[in-house]
Amino acid sequence: MTATVTPYTSSQPAGRVSFGTMLHAEWTKFRTVRGWVIGMAAALLATILLSLVSAAGSHRSVQAAPGSPPGRGTGIASAPVGPDGEPVNDQFAFLHRTLTGDGSITVRVTALAGSVFGPDGPPPGPDTGAPEPWAKAGIIVKSGTTQGSAYAAVLVTGSHGVRMQDNYLGDTAGLTGRVSSDAPRWLRLVRSGATLTGYDSVDGTHWTRIGTAHLTGLPSTVEAGMFVASPPHSAFRQTFGGESGETLPSRATGTFDSIDVRGQWSGSTWTGDVVGSDRENQGVDRFQTTGTGFTVTGNGDIAPIAVNSESSVERTLIGTFAGLTVVVVLGVLFITAEYRRGMIRTTLAASPRRGRVLLAKAAVIGPLTFVVGLVAELVSLVAAKPIMTHNGFTLNPIGVATEVRLIVGSAALLAVAAVLAMALGAVIRRGAVAVAAVIVVIVLPYIFGTAAVLPAAPAAWLLRLTPAAAFAIQQSSPAYHQVISDYTPAQGYYPLAPWAGFAVLCGYAVVLLGLAMALLRRRDA
Amino acid sequence: MSERTALSEGLGHTRESGSGVRDAIHAEWTKLRTTPGTALLLLASVALTVAIGLLAIGWARCPETGCGVDAAKQSLTGVQLGQAVVAVLAVLVVGGEYSTGMMRTTLLAVPSRGTVLLAKATIVVGVVLAAGTVAVLGCVLAGRLILPGHGFTAVHGYPPLSLMDGAMLRAAGGSVLYLGLIGLLALGVATAIRDSAASVGVVLGLLYLWPIIAHMVTSVRWQRHLEQAGPSTAGLSIQATIGLHGLAIGPWAGLGVLALWAFGALAGGGLLLRLRDA
Repeated sequence: MTATVTPYTSSQPAGRVSFGTMLHAEWTKFRTVRGWVIGMAAALLATILLSLVSAAGSHRSVQAAPGSPPGRGTGIASAPVGPDGEPVNDQFAFLHRTLTGDGSITVRVTALAGSVFGPDGPPPGPDTGAPEPWAKAGIIVKSGTTQGSAYAAVLVTGSHGVRMQDNYLGDTAGLTGRVSSDAPRWLRLVRSGATLTGYDSVDGTHWTRIGTAHLTGLPSTVEAGMFVASPPHSAFRQTFGGESGETLPSRATGTFDSIDVRGQWSGSTWTGDVVGSDRENQGVDRFQTTGTGFTVTGNGDIAPIAVNSESSVERTLIGTFAGLTVVVVLGVLFITAEYRRGMIRTTLAASPRRGRVLLAKAAVIGPLTFVVGLVAELVSLVAAKPIMTHNGFTLNPIGVATEVRLIVGSAALLAVAAVLAMALGAVIRRGAVAVAAVIVVIVLPYIFGTAAVLPAAPAAWLLRLTPAAAFAIQQSSPAYHQVISDYTPAQGYYPLAPWAGFAVLCGYAVVLLGLAMALLRRRDA
Repeated sequence: MSERTALSEGLGHTRESGSGVRDAIHAEWTKLRTTPGTALLLLASVALTVAIGLLAIGWARCPETGCGVDAAKQSLTGVQLGQAVVAVLAVLVVGGEYSTGMMRTTLLAVPSRGTVLLAKATIVVGVVLAAGTVAVLGCVLAGRLILPGHGFTAVHGYPPLSLMDGAMLRAAGGSVLYLGLIGLLALGVATAIRDSAASVGVVLGLLYLWPIIAHMVTSVRWQRHLEQAGPSTAGLSIQATIGLHGLAIGPWAGLGVLALWAFGALAGGGLLLRLRDA
């Protein structure tokens, strides 16, 4: 006689723990560990404090020498501001008349020559050498001769062919090749209301449209004519311990003929003026008549200013590094503490679907860090800006959209770093090693890349391939292809676009999270 | 009766002067030697230091006389990464014991807390100096073999790297000492904080954030003060062999600053170890 023993089975349906419950469990774990809550507060305070201290310790002591060439080395303090709010260079020799209402101007450019100033000043005689790559000679319609005013221009350049440019930022390529008397360039600019259309031609008969620009608020009467500008000659040598650069003023001379204007133009003579200061070229005969046209000699540039790191707004967010260190520790501890205390076995018993445990942890630590980071970055930016201004800095004015990107992006960087740290903690299961690994892969490439430990080329690769690429999210000033400058990581210019750089960090986090989930399923806890 | 004898004998044994420290060191060595991961960490510290050194050397170019590259410093770039591994190793020597509760056993066996810390410090410095020597020698050798091919020739003012050269010997030997002091700093911090992950965060924050801040601060005076005061910024000036006048702090003085940090952290950690329950 053996009694049959029916094993106990619960009458409850074999249910699954919902993800919401898991989230709640992980949130409760985080919230109830006093050290972690203090840690989050510490991340907030450390970020803000470091930003403020760094801003307070930065004084602009060296003023740019008066009359030094615009661009690198000078602040943006006295620079005119373009229609879109960015600091610009707006200095050129201008042979102009006024145009009222619709009309057009057509010219032929037969030569563009240049010369670089020596240490003793401008070279004697006419310009005969090769022009700067972005030296410009062409036709322009501008709302006035005030620096920073709206314009559209069609121009030949030293070595970038014909371009149509407008309002400092717009740049469209036209015909390629250098201009010469054997290969002249015909340029035409047609005005219709506030719309300017640029054309180019090699023979004056067959015209190609380059592009169209809409200049909002263009008055009925505008200044239009021929112009020449030549940006400073820049040579950057990539060396260790920083890059050495030198900029020398340059000059260019353009030769124009076959001038044809249509519409209501004032008078019949062209007026020669210099827009902006042109101290270097005093005594130079800038406007000369040839048999059939003119030569115009000018320097300067009509282009945005490449902002150097000193004037960059992201300097106010330096505290991100302090916050990063703290959230990496918290992210790692969020999982390794469970292993240390044996809590992980309870966790996995409660929710046997192991992969989702890590997802729930990521869904708690990520958004939490994001919110804390958002507050920290916002306070840093808002509080550090006036301190920097008080200390003599003119910070590059960036739009609200860019400021939002800086703040939200930096907070997102912290959040993804915390998730990455948690994932690596789950893979390695040794807190100390995981913390060190995450800090090293994020911070060390940044140091090597920006503090001029390496030459520019390998530094750029480090900031493409490592998680440190994410700091591109903090780059506030774009690199302008039409302005030659020192676009190196040391000057705050990253090789990847802001969100692309951030995506690199996200890629690492996703891969590590996947690896962690796979390992958690396979390994005993 | 016999129990009391045994007890008094035991007490007598621990009170024997001199051998207590030696026994403690022996115990620490046994623990470190048998902890899984120690060998791996030491190997990693050597491998990573040499690897980064190789990359830095591989990218270095000296096209002309007066290219201004400090060949010694360039070869020893890997120390910047090696120090992180050293910090982890040193933190785990004490943090690992707190996480497993081993610390209570250790303090039961060696009740004098100063002796425990001294023993741990001795062992950490010993293994770090040994690994550091291997790593630095590897870096110097790599620099000696590779750099001449990249333009670092006698014609350009760069004789092959040699430890017979006083400045090079200072840079190389100083880098080994630097790593040893980083080990002590990390040990002190971990003794004070008692959590491995948080300790590593604090130590690496000190080592890596400080140069970033010093780099960002534009006031020349502040920058100089920051570089003079930071454990890594001051300590790594020991690697400089050229342009010593431009340094914020001299090589040995810089290493002295790091020593102050290290012994300060150790003293603070030792004090807390004395005051707190384990």
